[in-house]
Amino acid sequence: MSVHITSPQFKQNAREALADQPLQKALAKVGPGFIGKRAAAAEKLPEFEALRDSARDIKNHTLAHLDLYMERFEEKARAAGGHVHFAVDAAEARNIILGICRDLGAKTVTKGKSMISEEIGLNDHLEANGIQPVETDLGEYLIQIRGEGPSHIIAPAIHLNKEQVEADFRRVHADLPPERNLSEPTALLAEARGKLREKFLAADVGITGANFLVAETGTSIIVTNEGNGDLTQTLPKAHIVLASIEKLVPTLEDVSQLLRVLARSATGQEMSVYTTFSTGPRRAEDPDGPGDYHVVILDNGRSGMLAGQLREMLRCIRCGACMNHCPVYHAVGGHAYGWVYPGPMGSVLTPSLIGVEKGRNLPNASTFCGRCEEVCPVRIPLPKLMRHWREKEFERHLMPATQRTGLAVWSFLARRGWLYRPMTRMAMAMLALVGKSKGRFSKLPLAGGWTQYRDFPAPEGDTFQAQWAARKNVR
Amino acid sequence: MAPNEQRPVSVGLFVTCLVDTQRPSVGFAAVRLLEAAGCTVSVPRQTCCGQPAFNSGDRTTTRALAEQMIAAFETFDYVVAPSGSCAGMIRTHYPELFVGEPDWMPRVERFCAKVHELVSFLADVRGVTHVTAAYDGTVTYHDSCSGLRELGIQAQPRRLLASVEGLTVAEMPDSDVCCGFGGTFCVKYPDVSNAIVEKKAANILASGADTLLAGDLGCLMNMAGKLQREGRTIRVRHVAEVLAGIGDTPPIGQPKPQSVEGRKS
Amino acid sequence: MTSSRDVLFASIRTALGVSGAEAPRRQAVADRISGHPRGVIPARAELPPAGQIALFKEMVEAAAATLVHLPDASAVPAAIAAYLRARNLPLSILRGADARLANLPWQSEPALDVWIGPSDGRQLAGLSHAFGGIAESGTVVMLSGPDNPSTLNLLPDHHLVVVNAADVTGTYEEVWDRIRTLYGPGTLPRTVNWITGPSRSADIEQTLLLGAHGPRSLHVLLVGDA
Repeated sequence: MSVHITSPQFKQNAREALADQPLQKALAKVGPGFIGKRAAAAEKLPEFEALRDSARDIKNHTLAHLDLYMERFEEKARAAGGHVHFAVDAAEARNIILGICRDLGAKTVTKGKSMISEEIGLNDHLEANGIQPVETDLGEYLIQIRGEGPSHIIAPAIHLNKEQVEADFRRVHADLPPERNLSEPTALLAEARGKLREKFLAADVGITGANFLVAETGTSIIVTNEGNGDLTQTLPKAHIVLASIEKLVPTLEDVSQLLRVLARSATGQEMSVYTTFSTGPRRAEDPDGPGDYHVVILDNGRSGMLAGQLREMLRCIRCGACMNHCPVYHAVGGHAYGWVYPGPMGSVLTPSLIGVEKGRNLPNASTFCGRCEEVCPVRIPLPKLMRHWREKEFERHLMPATQRTGLAVWSFLARRGWLYRPMTRMAMAMLALVGKSKGRFSKLPLAGGWTQYRDFPAPEGDTFQAQWAARKNVR
Repeated sequence: MAPNEQRPVSVGLFVTCLVDTQRPSVGFAAVRLLEAAGCTVSVPRQTCCGQPAFNSGDRTTTRALAEQMIAAFETFDYVVAPSGSCAGMIRTHYPELFVGEPDWMPRVERFCAKVHELVSFLADVRGVTHVTAAYDGTVTYHDSCSGLRELGIQAQPRRLLASVEGLTVAEMPDSDVCCGFGGTFCVKYPDVSNAIVEKKAANILASGADTLLAGDLGCLMNMAGKLQREGRTIRVRHVAEVLAGIGDTPPIGQPKPQSVEGRKS
Repeated sequence: MTSSRDVLFASIRTALGVSGAEAPRRQAVADRISGHPRGVIPARAELPPAGQIALFKEMVEAAAATLVHLPDASAVPAAIAAYLRARNLPLSILRGADARLANLPWQSEPALDVWIGPSDGRQLAGLSHAFGGIAESGTVVMLSGPDNPSTLNLLPDHHLVVVNAADVTGTYEEVWDRIRTLYGPGTLPRTVNWITGPSRSADIEQTLLLGAHGPRSLHVLLVGDA
């Protein structure tokens, strides 16, 4: 909900997250919950790796022809009776949507889960203008009533436990009997279903994101398990789709390829429960469906990414597999990343959208273990793109001075072997002597980051190169 | 133990900066294993492959170190490093540094194709199926990330360890999950790194093994440092030490036996 | 005045280094849309008809839906009544105008009330006729319109779906080709719903629960042979 950026305080956010016991309890379930299911789904489909190649190629082809597919989409969506709007930035998208709602005299809108809606801070804007947005994805509803942002792109409330949800429901659903039993997740779900059913039926406008936009037919697609997005776009007078430019795909066949890797990578399902293809508004003969259909296509900085290495990031289909497999995400959760998109994909995307000055911590906060790239359904080289941001940071001198100095001293020596060898030899001899009795150090000057949490092993003594030279004549 | 060949192959040992400075025994273990596999080992003057600069975004230094590395090692039949991380840096990332430079590219590619991590070199290139070594203990093996994901090292060390007399392998849960080292990551984000290595330490202990092995000294120093800070007595060694049968050096972070009793297991 | 549309297209074209007028690019796009190549098709979906029916049944049930296989359409009313009775539900169902449903021998179940129209959320059971079934993932394909209103797919607690075995295909792609034949190239009904199992959520502590906002149960009435 909030677009407040705390990415520059990543370190502090991380420390707080690590000390947050309920959060740590919730995070302990992330790996076990997602990793095995994805692996099993991939294992069950012998063509899975080939489909990942296919998905990557489709996205690459589309991005290279994005202007033309967007033209085609616009033409087809209009031919089906839809309205297509283009927004250069967040403010423009917010105002377009507000304008549509006002024209319809809308008081309440239901919303399907949309990360771009979070990105542009749509809910705050609607509320400030007297329109009540209601998030209908259960996870989004939970964070909306808490006034929080999502901590995961497909499981926005993954940081919460059921006791917190119970407390929130008792606070917000004050009209319900206080003595009701809400101790089990089933009871919580049933209560949310009842509350949101009223909202679905009463809403004037339904706003969803889009997993894909199909150029061939002018169709927007949403994928859900709850059916909330589908109710959101079917029941109200108008359906507004908010989609960023990289959601385009050429054909129904192409989207079928992508759908084969999306759910498997996200939740380990063969296919999500509801995959809904919407084309234009209700037709003359239709007994249901929205009377108006709008698609708002948002750039917000993405077109610039097409020019270089970062184009690869625009292949992302928002499955969440990268964060599900990330040791850093498992440790600190999504909120620590300080903006809308967490985990490895967020560490690449966030600096692109809010600037490397504010986002510089995120691409640095990775061990480069490579597990994200290993599972990415569209094979985005996430570590490489994080390194790209580290290069920009280095070029622009954004690194803290101590780190930069340390790196410069090390570089100077490493490039001068004649100096490096005697200096390292001397340093090691000294360290070995001091650390001889214990074999390790529990404190070491200039290595506080290390010894705060771990011992540092004492070196054996003379360097390998010196010992080798003593044994043989160096060539 | 090595397949028969007409002429011994020449190997330039890139010992890596951590082994060079911290734990030369790993270098000598590598030499022993390579010689037993029929290789003639040389150690040209060297510093670092450039990975710390590369991952800090300093392309200029990385490039200079890559050129230095290529010049020092390109005359050998093979270049071998007792580290998946450094070998991976060279094999998979050096070409990125020379993109669009036709003067360099063929030379760089020729060079990179010769670069191997030690254990996978022994198993995959030299066809080594067993070693002559004994180790009295139960070991658990951590798959370091770069070796695993950039070079596909997983089965080779386990296969060779199985041939060590007296040694039993006990797998830990999530052996393929990062230990939280991440080069400079561990000092830039010590709190996060610590949270990751804490989980790793718990998994290591859950294996019930008395010895932890891995193929990368950075990860080993991180895990050893954490285990020792927690007061654990598990021994930590580079896999090459055990495969080469070098047991006279104390485990990582332990003092030499003459000063204090180092092994408690 | 430059519109946002112009700005957006211009910045995409600048980034791509193109003008938008390049004939080979336009041709590549036109060819892809008219040719709609299929890409990688899982071998599991390329079975003979009997194998596809077996796979469809297996995958429907794997998605936590239930399924009965009926010899022919005349058995559908009785199967609906049996489903409702077994769950202690009122013998009442809402359906669309689909002739295939209208022509069922409803008189064989005089106690069953059959209503026609879209759902307003007050019905416990809805009945639709699927356009097709997809064996690969146990998915039913629903097309919007007066025959099968979309609200029936989403609002009733129990969604019963008739699928003709002859309409079960291996893959999604075969369904797209059938729709193109009916509606013409580049055209879809207002809504196509792929439904794979009943509604669910795992948003509370990753505990998977059925019946989030859509139907709590999805019951497939598979009719006839392939």
